[in-house]
Amino acid sequence: MTDYTATVTVRLKKGVLDPEAETTQRALERLGFDLADLRSADQFEIDLEAADAEGAAERATEMAERLLANPTIHDYDVSVVELDE
Amino acid sequence: MTVAVVRFGGSNCDRDTVRALDEVGVDADLVWHEDGLPADVDGVVLPGGFSYGDYLRAGAMAARAPIMSEVKAAAEAGTPVLGICNGAQIGSEATLAPGAFTTNESARFQCEHVHCRVENADTPWTAAYEEGEVVELPIAHAEGRFEIGDADLERLETEDRILLRYCDESGAVTAAANPNGSCHAVAGVTGALGDHVAVMMPHPERVSLADIDGVQGQGVLRAFAR
Repeated sequence: MTDYTATVTVRLKKGVLDPEAETTQRALERLGFDLADLRSADQFEIDLEAADAEGAAERATEMAERLLANPTIHDYDVSVVELDE
Repeated sequence: MTVAVVRFGGSNCDRDTVRALDEVGVDADLVWHEDGLPADVDGVVLPGGFSYGDYLRAGAMAARAPIMSEVKAAAEAGTPVLGICNGAQIGSEATLAPGAFTTNESARFQCEHVHCRVENADTPWTAAYEEGEVVELPIAHAEGRFEIGDADLERLETEDRILLRYCDESGAVTAAANPNGSCHAVAGVTGALGDHVAVMMPHPERVSLADIDGVQGQGVLRAFAR
């Protein structure tokens, strides 16, 4: 078994309104920043043991499917890195 | 006739709901989620509140509590289930009802009275009202904006599963009368299992005691007496 960190990033689907991101963008603009758009996302870093990277990704994907993302409004992606000892 | 009002950590409309049900002659008991659903319940209410502090998404944690498998089994067996506010969010997260309730367009918590038009009076929850009737109901939520995919929304519309739509005093559905930016101004829907499962963001139990703010919400709760 090997130690991995799986990173699950959960985003609103394209076209789903994100009022918090809009508010954040407005606040940045008030601070004088010039930006075209701002999107927010939730990121979960999950340390886990698995036989290989594929197995780690599979489990992290199941976590996204069953809890971390809501399929009605979210898309998600999963990436896996091996932890150095 | 005993209705289980399921209490999670952070529920806060649970006792109000029991009292409102009592007011319309429906026997109701509080049930702590860890104790499981009593075998002989005749109905289930998922009450409002802030279960699990709205962590992750409102309703996400409670929807995955073990008691929800029992609530789903009861719903599949025909037991009426009503999710109110946080209970609606729990019901949607648990896939008892379609769509999702997410951050209000205003990005703020909103506590106010709104008007809702009864879209389908042919369900246990709305049988006390006329189709097209305008009912003034309280809302109190930060995540009440109804979102749903286009295909699922069309199915809801064609299957007449929208119970309530936000409207103005005269019953007109306008952007200005939509308090949270809900898709098609949806305030409540029935679930895929049938009309006996429903979720709604407005609080009928808060307008069900004669001494407080009117009794126009009683009709929803009377579903459990039908």
